[in-house]
Amino acid sequence: MRHLRSWWQRIRGIGRDSSREQEMMDEIESHIQLQAEEYERAGMDPTEARRRAILKLGGAEHTRQAYRERDTLPLLENFLQDLRFSFRQLGKNPGFTATAVLMLALGFAASIALFAFVDAALLKPLPYHQPERLAAVYESAAVFAHSNLSYPDYLDWKRMNNVFQSLDAWQGNGWLLKTAGGVEPVRGIRVTDGFFRTLGVVPLLGRDFHQGEDLPSGPRTVMLSYSTWQHRFGGRSDVIGQAVSLGGVPFTAVGVLPKDFTFAPRGDAEFWTPFHAESECDLRRSCHGMYGVARLKDGVTIAQAESEMKSIAAELARQYPGSNRGQGAALLSLSEAIVGDLRPILLVLLAGAGLLLLIACVNVSSLLLVRAESRRREMAVRGALGASPLRLVRQFLTEGITLVTIGAALGLCAALGVMQALLRLIPKQMMMSMPFLNNLGLNLHIVFFTMAIAVLMTALFAATPLVRMPLHALHDGLAEGGRGAAGTLWRRLGSNLVIAELAIAMVLLAGAGLLGKSLYRLLHVDLGFEPNQLAAMTISGSDVAYGKSPDAIRLDRELVDRLNSLAAVESAALTSNLPVSFNGNTDWLRFEGKPYHGEHNESLERDISPGYFKTLGAKLLSGRPFTPDDNTNHPKVAIINKTLARKYFPGEDPVGKRVGNLDLKPDSMKTIVGVVDDFREGPLDEEIWPAIYYPLYQSPDNYVQAVVRTRGSAEDMLPELTAAVRAIDRDLGVTDQTTMSLRIHESPTAYMHRSAAWMVGGFAVLAALLGAIGLYGVIAYSVGQRTREIGVRMALGAQRGTIYGLVLKEAGRLTVIGVVAGLACSIAVLSLMGKLLFQVKAWDMPTLAGVSLLLGVAALVASYVPAHRAASVNPVEALRAE
Amino acid sequence: MDNRSDVWQGTLALMVLKTIEAMGPIHGYGIARRIEQTSGDLLSLNYGTLYPALLKLEQEGAIASEWGLSENNRKAKFYKLTRAGKKRLEQEAREWEQATAIVARFFVPGGEPA
Repeated sequence: MRHLRSWWQRIRGIGRDSSREQEMMDEIESHIQLQAEEYERAGMDPTEARRRAILKLGGAEHTRQAYRERDTLPLLENFLQDLRFSFRQLGKNPGFTATAVLMLALGFAASIALFAFVDAALLKPLPYHQPERLAAVYESAAVFAHSNLSYPDYLDWKRMNNVFQSLDAWQGNGWLLKTAGGVEPVRGIRVTDGFFRTLGVVPLLGRDFHQGEDLPSGPRTVMLSYSTWQHRFGGRSDVIGQAVSLGGVPFTAVGVLPKDFTFAPRGDAEFWTPFHAESECDLRRSCHGMYGVARLKDGVTIAQAESEMKSIAAELARQYPGSNRGQGAALLSLSEAIVGDLRPILLVLLAGAGLLLLIACVNVSSLLLVRAESRRREMAVRGALGASPLRLVRQFLTEGITLVTIGAALGLCAALGVMQALLRLIPKQMMMSMPFLNNLGLNLHIVFFTMAIAVLMTALFAATPLVRMPLHALHDGLAEGGRGAAGTLWRRLGSNLVIAELAIAMVLLAGAGLLGKSLYRLLHVDLGFEPNQLAAMTISGSDVAYGKSPDAIRLDRELVDRLNSLAAVESAALTSNLPVSFNGNTDWLRFEGKPYHGEHNESLERDISPGYFKTLGAKLLSGRPFTPDDNTNHPKVAIINKTLARKYFPGEDPVGKRVGNLDLKPDSMKTIVGVVDDFREGPLDEEIWPAIYYPLYQSPDNYVQAVVRTRGSAEDMLPELTAAVRAIDRDLGVTDQTTMSLRIHESPTAYMHRSAAWMVGGFAVLAALLGAIGLYGVIAYSVGQRTREIGVRMALGAQRGTIYGLVLKEAGRLTVIGVVAGLACSIAVLSLMGKLLFQVKAWDMPTLAGVSLLLGVAALVASYVPAHRAASVNPVEALRAE
Repeated sequence: MDNRSDVWQGTLALMVLKTIEAMGPIHGYGIARRIEQTSGDLLSLNYGTLYPALLKLEQEGAIASEWGLSENNRKAKFYKLTRAGKKRLEQEAREWEQATAIVARFFVPGGEPA
C-alpha cells in the first residue's frame, strides 16, 4: 500500500514544473546556510564555512541529483525525454519518417490481415464443446479416400465400436418450404438423434431430438437454425410446437439452435430433421450418402479410433462381401475435415505477407543505417558530453519503438479495413461454407500477434544503427568528421540487405507468376464441351406431387419440352449433376462377359435427358444418343465416356455390350448404345473419371439440373427460363440460376487458384516496388559518397557514359546477385506450393525468365535516377565543395 | 581511516522517524545534526543521503513538510510525523527491539540459543 502510494507520487513527479525543482534547491541551500552559520559561530571565516558545509553535505549538485531521482522515476523520465527527442528527430526528417512508417504499415497490414484469416480458419474454426475431441468419420474405397457412410454401415459402426463416446451422422437435403409468397426451395440436414449432443450443442429454445426420434417410426419434427427462426418466424418463442410445411408435409418445430452455432459443411442449412431412414437408398448397404461425426472417448486418439474402425469395416466386408468389399474406414479431426482444403492457400498467403513484412523491415533498416551514418557526429558529441553508451542505445531503442508503434497502429487499422474488403470479395456461396470467417475482426490473438512482431522489429531497428556505431569508438566520429572510410562498411552491409530484398521480391514474383500461369491453365483446361451461351439451373418438385415415378417422368418431359419451345433457346436438356461439379455419385458396374472378381468398378453415374450431349456441345464418338423413346417402355440403355471405354473395353467396340450391377441381376442390365468423348464432370484440376450415362426417362427424378443453350446471352435469358419453368407449376422450386461460364469461373477450384494468384501477385508487386526503392537508396547513397571521386574522374577526362557505366555496373551487380539468389530460393520454396500449382512446375523456365526480366527492368529504372545524377555532377563544384 | 560506522541500509528511516517524534517539527539540518549527536558521533552520516530518505518517507505518507523559520530566522523546511507515520514508527520500533533482542540472545555468554 505504502509502496503503491510512493510509486504514484513518483509518477506524478514526472515532468513536474520548475517550482518543485526550486523548492528542492531552496531546501538544500537552507541546509548549507544553517551548517555554514554553525561553522562561522565556531570561528571559521564565511567562505571556508560554506565550503566545509557543502563538503559535509556530499556535494550540492550530487545531493540535488539524488533528491531528483527519488522525486520521479528516472527511467521513465528519460524515456519520455527520448520520446520527445525522437519525435523531434523524426519530425525533422518528414521524408524518411513517412517512407519508413508507410512501409512498416504496409508490412503490418498485410501480415495482420492474413494472420486474422489464419486465426479464424485454422486456429479456432469450430464453435463446439471441446472441438479437438470431434472426428469426421468416413468410409473409404479404392477411388475415394474419404467417402460417405451407408445407413446400415453406420448402425453397425455405432454398435460395434469402443472408441467413440458417441457416433452420429448427417446428410444434406433440400425442401420446398411453403411460405406466404409461394413455394421456396430451402436447404436442410437430416441428422441422427444424438447429432447435437455429439457436437455439444444445446438448443437455444425448445428441446433437442430425443433418443430414437430418428427411427422411421419417430414423429416428424424439425429444429430451426437461429437465422431461420429470426427471419422466417420473427424470432417469436411460440414457434415451438408450430407446424412447418416442408415439401407439403407438416413437421412440428421442437427447437431453435443457438445464435453462434454454425455447421460449415453445410453453412446455409435452415431446417434440421431427424434422419428417418425410409427410402430405398437409406436402407441399402451399398448406397453411401451420410457423413459421420464422432466424439472420441477420453484418451483415444484419431489414429487409434481409425484403426479400430478399419478392423470393424474389414469384419463387415467379410460379412457382406457384395456391398462392403474394399470398403474401409477413415477418420479426420473435424477441423481438418472442415478447413483442411483452406490450409495450403492460407499458409501460402501468410508466407507471402510475411515476406513482404520482411522486405519492409529490411528497407527500413537500411534507411536507419543511412541515418545512423549521418548521425555519427551527433552521437560522438553526445558521448563526449557525458551521455553513457547505455543512454545512446536507449535513444535508438526509443526511436525504433516510435517508428514501429506508429507503423503497427496504422497497419492494424489498415488490416481491419483490408479484412473487411477481402471478406466482401468472397462469393456468398463460398462464404456459406466458411461460417468461421463471420466473426473475423479484432481480437486478442491479433493484438498479441501485432505486439509480438512489433517487439521483434523494435529490437531489430534498435540494433541496426548500433552496427554502424561501435560505442567504444565514439570519439572516432568526432575526429574523422564523418567522411572517407566511414561509408564502406555501410555500403557493404546496405548492399547485402538490398540483395536480400531483391531475392525475396524475386521469390514473390516467381510465386505470383506460377500461380498466374496455373490459373490461366486451369481456366483454359479442355472442358470437352462449350461453356459459352449455356445457362444452368436447379429445378425441384415436391415429393408429394412428383415423388412417384410416372409423375416424375411427366415433370421431366414437360420441362424439356417447355424449355425447348422457347424461341431464344437453341436446345435444352436435364441432368442429375451439372458438369464441372465433383467426382462423385458413382455406380458400381459389372460388364457381361468380362472376368469378374468382386471388385467395385467405380464409375460416375449421371441421368440425362435426350439432347443433353448436343446441348453441352459434347462429341458423340460412336453409337447413338438417347432418344425420347429410351423410356420405361423400352429396354434399358446406357452411354459411356471415352475413359470408361478405354479402361474396360480396350481395343474393342463397346457399343452393343451389356453392363449391370454386381450380381448382373436381369433387371439391372443395360445395353451400351454409344460412346461420348470425355468432358469434365469433376473439378477443373482433377483427372477425368470413367462415367456412365443413363436415360433420365428410365430413372426419373423430381430434382434435376437444367442446361440450356441460348441463342443470345445466357445471362439475359435466366429470368425468362425461370418464368417458363414456373409456368408449368408455380410450386416448382427454381434455384441457382447461373451461366455455365460463371459457374466454372466461380467454382471453388477456380476461386482458390484465382485468389491465390491475385493476392500473391499483389504482394509481389509491392515487394518489387520496395526492393526497387531499396536499391535506389543504396545506389543514391553510394553516389552521394562518391561525388568527389566522380568529380576527380570527370576532371581527369572521364566521359558521362563512363560514369553511367560506373553506377549502373554497381547496381547491375547487386541486381544479378539478388535475382540469382532469388531464383534458387524460388525453386526450393515454390515446390512446396504443391496443389496450388496446376500443370506448372516450380522450375517453369518461361515464368522464371519473365519475372527475372521484370525485376531486372525495375532495378534498372531504380538505379537510372542516381546514375543520371552522378553523370550530371559538375566536376568544378564537386571538387570545390571539399 | 575512520572508526565511525556508516548508516546501515534501512535503519536511516527509523532513525529519522524517531528523531522527528522526539524533536517535534524539525528541519533537515536539525535531523542530521541530531542523529549524529544521538549516536555520540559514532555514526558518519552523509547529509546528502538524508534528503532522498526524507522525500521517500514523505511520498509514503509517514511525514509531512511545511516551510517555516528556523531558530535564527532562516527559511527552512520543517518535517513532522503524520498519524500513519506514528503508527509506522511504533511498529518498526517494536520490530527493531524484537530483532535486536533475538540477535542479542546469541551473544549472551554461556547461553544456549533457544
